[in-house]
Amino acid sequence: MSGLKKKPEKQLTDLLCKETHFRREEIEKLIQIFKKLLIDTNKNDTLKQESLKLDRTIFRDILHNTFHMTDDMLMDRVFRAFDKDSDSYICLQEWVKGLSVFLQGTVDEKTQYCFDVYDLNSDGYISREEMFHMLKNSMVKQPTEEDPDEGIKDLVELTLKKMDHDHDGRLSYKDFKSSVVIEPLLLEAFGQCLPDNKSKDAFVKTFSDCDGQQADTSKKGKK
Amino acid sequence: MGQTLARAAQWTSASDGGEGKLEFTPINESILNSIIKFVEAFPGKHPQEAQMPFKKPLQWKTSLEASSFSGGYEQTDDGIKSSTTDKEDNPLLVLEGEILKVSSLDQVNAVLKIAADKKMHEARCVLEANRDPLVNILGDSFASVEGEDSATVRLLEQIQKEEGDAKEEKEVKLKVALIVQQFDTQLMSQSIKEIAKEVRLRPEQVEREVTLLKSFSGEDENCVLESIKYTSDYVFANGCRAPPWRQVHGEICYLRVQPHDGDSFYVTTATAGAFIIKTTKKSKKKNTGQQKLEPSLKWKNLGMANMEEEEKQQKEKKDKEKEKKKKVVKEKRYSRKSGHGDRKPKTPAQEEEDFSESSSESEEEEETLDRRQESNADLPSEYWQIQKLVKYLKGGNQTATIIALCSMRDFNLTQETCQLAIRDVGGLEVLINLLETEDIKCKKTRISDKIPVTDLTPDEEYLVDPQTERLQIGSLKILREISQNFHIRRAIADLGGLQTMVEILKSPNKELKCLAAETIANVARFRRARRTVRQHGGIKKLVGLLDCAPLDSDPVNPEVEKDIEVARSGALALWSCSKMTKNKHAIRKAGGIPLLAQLLKSPHENMLIPVVGTLQECASEQSYRLAIRTEGMIEDLVKNLNSDNEELQMHCASAIFKCAEEKETRDLVRQYGGLDPLVGLLSKSENKELLAAATGAIWKCAISPENVQRFQELKAIEMLVGLLNDQPEEVLVNVVGALGECAQEPSNRLAIRKAGGIPPLVNLLTGTNQALLVNVTKAVGACATEPDNMTVIDKLDGVRLLWSLLKNQNPEVQASAAWAICPCIENAKDAGEMVRSFVGGLELIVSLLKSEHMEVLSSVCAAIANIAKDEENLAVITDHGVVPMLAKLTPMTDDKLRRHLADAIARCCMWGNNRVSFGQHGAVAPLVKYLKSPNKDVHRATAEALFQLSKDPENCITMHENGVVKVSYDIYS
Repeated sequence: MSGLKKKPEKQLTDLLCKETHFRREEIEKLIQIFKKLLIDTNKNDTLKQESLKLDRTIFRDILHNTFHMTDDMLMDRVFRAFDKDSDSYICLQEWVKGLSVFLQGTVDEKTQYCFDVYDLNSDGYISREEMFHMLKNSMVKQPTEEDPDEGIKDLVELTLKKMDHDHDGRLSYKDFKSSVVIEPLLLEAFGQCLPDNKSKDAFVKTFSDCDGQQADTSKKGKK
Repeated sequence: MGQTLARAAQWTSASDGGEGKLEFTPINESILNSIIKFVEAFPGKHPQEAQMPFKKPLQWKTSLEASSFSGGYEQTDDGIKSSTTDKEDNPLLVLEGEILKVSSLDQVNAVLKIAADKKMHEARCVLEANRDPLVNILGDSFASVEGEDSATVRLLEQIQKEEGDAKEEKEVKLKVALIVQQFDTQLMSQSIKEIAKEVRLRPEQVEREVTLLKSFSGEDENCVLESIKYTSDYVFANGCRAPPWRQVHGEICYLRVQPHDGDSFYVTTATAGAFIIKTTKKSKKKNTGQQKLEPSLKWKNLGMANMEEEEKQQKEKKDKEKEKKKKVVKEKRYSRKSGHGDRKPKTPAQEEEDFSESSSESEEEEETLDRRQESNADLPSEYWQIQKLVKYLKGGNQTATIIALCSMRDFNLTQETCQLAIRDVGGLEVLINLLETEDIKCKKTRISDKIPVTDLTPDEEYLVDPQTERLQIGSLKILREISQNFHIRRAIADLGGLQTMVEILKSPNKELKCLAAETIANVARFRRARRTVRQHGGIKKLVGLLDCAPLDSDPVNPEVEKDIEVARSGALALWSCSKMTKNKHAIRKAGGIPLLAQLLKSPHENMLIPVVGTLQECASEQSYRLAIRTEGMIEDLVKNLNSDNEELQMHCASAIFKCAEEKETRDLVRQYGGLDPLVGLLSKSENKELLAAATGAIWKCAISPENVQRFQELKAIEMLVGLLNDQPEEVLVNVVGALGECAQEPSNRLAIRKAGGIPPLVNLLTGTNQALLVNVTKAVGACATEPDNMTVIDKLDGVRLLWSLLKNQNPEVQASAAWAICPCIENAKDAGEMVRSFVGGLELIVSLLKSEHMEVLSSVCAAIANIAKDEENLAVITDHGVVPMLAKLTPMTDDKLRRHLADAIARCCMWGNNRVSFGQHGAVAPLVKYLKSPNKDVHRATAEALFQLSKDPENCITMHENGVVKVSYDIYS
């Protein structure tokens, strides 16, 4: 690689180092992984600075294979949460920043991230319909039941009862946040959008030199 | 008197004579006596009414001679008649041959006077001839009838209508009617009392009644009872089921009754009636009035009674029986305890399922509870809501499950309805299933690797949905709450929840570990659960949780804080588990003691309570006591005695109580200044558990004389004496134990007397608690070594009470009582006379020489040595065969026994030819061997005994043969 290319990369790394929970070496590794992913998928093309972008399919494969996510819709939503500028691609910066929240985010960051994922139409509220949409596959279909959606509707009502503190029939970010503070389990209330500990640790190991321990210490340092 | 005569009086069957006769029974006798007294007093009290002529004369065959009538009577052809007449000029008394007709109470009275000592016979004849005298006196309308009697009312109405003379006449009549009726009522209640004295249940009757009740019992709501059964199937030859030693108290059998509308209860049937055994849990306070009695018990005379009547009576009897069974009579606890086949009563201090595996008991409880649930049609709304949530738990994926788990926590899970609702709708199974996520996850990961995302159907997707710790946390948060419930705990253990939770303890997630440990702490409150935890390696893992960062640094770091929380929950779980001996060993083997010692230095009360609690439980083991001392934990325990938290103080005191069995520990407690706070705790008389622990610690500490000295300075004796009244037995045992130890010091004996401690102590000798009795006898014995105290004890008849304790079943009590008797005899004035005054006392104490318990034998030998100081008593015990019995004990090897035995033999030699008989019974040869014992006291006593025995030449020969010279020489050279 040429020196020209290296320079902006260095600046980027410095910037990311300030804005994320990662250490410099980790960021460098993550960038390598990012590039490797692109090379793996586009074997023929030589990499150009502007094409350093992950498309939806590659990202979804990562979510599925590395983090064992399964819900189509939610994976799509996670992609959008990463894709801050909504250009349907994830650039290097979005990749590192996204992973920072995804892997080592504080509770506040994660809460915001999850809310963004669940707010399907990005209008700042999670409505009944959105909840229904996200929960509709959450029950095993009971052949005996007359209306298979009935159970889901009930579940939505239950959720609202639990989380809708201002009783306006939808969840604002405030509702969501206070619910999570009271009951941390509700962070991923409408489906998995964060990695489970095992796959997270496994992934962190791939870019952290001295496995999870260092990631831990770095986290502590930030706090 | 009509009603009484009809019901209470016992008539012979009318069939055998045409006329019914009054039986010659005490009841009839007393009825007749009352009637005679009534009639005799009548003219005096109511002169006008006595004149009233009867409607129809009372007529009977008299045994009186015409000649005995004089004054106011006129001779007629074949008899006499009275000069007084009624309005129609009919004489009020007519005697024709043997037939006597009397028409006024005045005349009846006169007849009775004439009859003199035959008046009883006359009265009997009158009543036999006139079954219902009221009919004769007042008219047919006053006949005794069943049910409401309106004759009086009618008469009253008539009076109001009539005028003049007629009115007056009726008024008199009414008065008579009222007086007689009143008398009747009186008579009736009196005869019932009489009957009451006589009624006695017999085994056959009980058997019959129970069989009858059994035939009316069943599951059906219409039945009288659900079930009634005997507690014991064994029937003695006399028909009783109660053990023989209860039969002497008149008890026949014990029944367990399960009514439809309440908890089951137990009934003791004794010859005096049937009584409900009052359970400690729920006192069923129904009227405790006198027993319901059956005045109609003498049905045997109703030979001719028709079937219908019989049936009615049976029903009546059954109702009465039922009522009777509901009656509560305060049965003393001990009588229940000795009731064979009964449940053991629990002391309140004991935790609910502490040591006894009371599974059968709890199963019963559970059954009844389930039944209630089924029958209860209107379940609370929570039940349905919880059922719905459980449906989501069962059928939902992780997301739905989490929402359902969180919603479930909004219910009040400390409420039993919710707890049981979760169990009843199958929620427990799901919750426990959620804990077992580890394996499934691995499997799913592999599946998801192989199958491309798009090919997954929603159902498969559900299957491979990776479950995480979140589910475990959610589930455990609920389990932790609901496992407060006894039934839930058992259900969790039954479903294998403990094994999974023990596995979870390995998790790196601290929150999860905490929750699992806390839930284990809740569940492991019964024996089987504790065993399960141990068998699955839980103890080791729990001990592992204790290992956290040093505590002295302020936990500013949230990670350290979490570590401390983990350690605390681990200690909580260990506390629950430590109530079992094998678990205590397991904790020690897992290296728990140094970790506990480290945590004991924590400044946080919520950490200290479980840690001290665990130590306190484990301190029942010798190895722990040693470790607690050597690891320097006594200092911390003493330090925490000064805490403000009463629970912590209680556990510390309790730990010291157990540890202070060892002298070094007692010294350490003193050196760290622990005695002062202990005495300080004595003022907390409202917290009984704390008081029991503190007094216990004082008791054990008082074994060291140095500590007693400190207690003396702190005026502990006076405070302890103050606690002798109105305290629960757990406290009393320790208080008395402490006094017993303190009283080893002469000046304290004086202090106890001055503080007025002797009367309550002697009073406690009448108790039943065995542990208490052992301590009380010891304390009284110690006090009795002071002649002044002895005077007080003697005055309170304490020696007799001690003596009666020799009859106690418990050998420890026997021994302790016998030891206490020794100083009493030594110090009492005129001890010989006192001992003789106990009827059968000497025979009793001699018979205890047959005991199998070494301590009893030693103590009894010591007592006998004292008794034998009085020659007359020595003669009596010789007659009771004390010599061969003592001789039989000589081969024993216990030094304590040997010493007192030799003493007793030496004393007993003083009478008659006892020396010779000792020789004949082979007591001499073994005695010589006593000289080889290393114990000086044995030597002294043996030498004394040999000296006495050697006055008989035969014995000298035996001694010589056994080498007495050489052995003696060895000792004294």
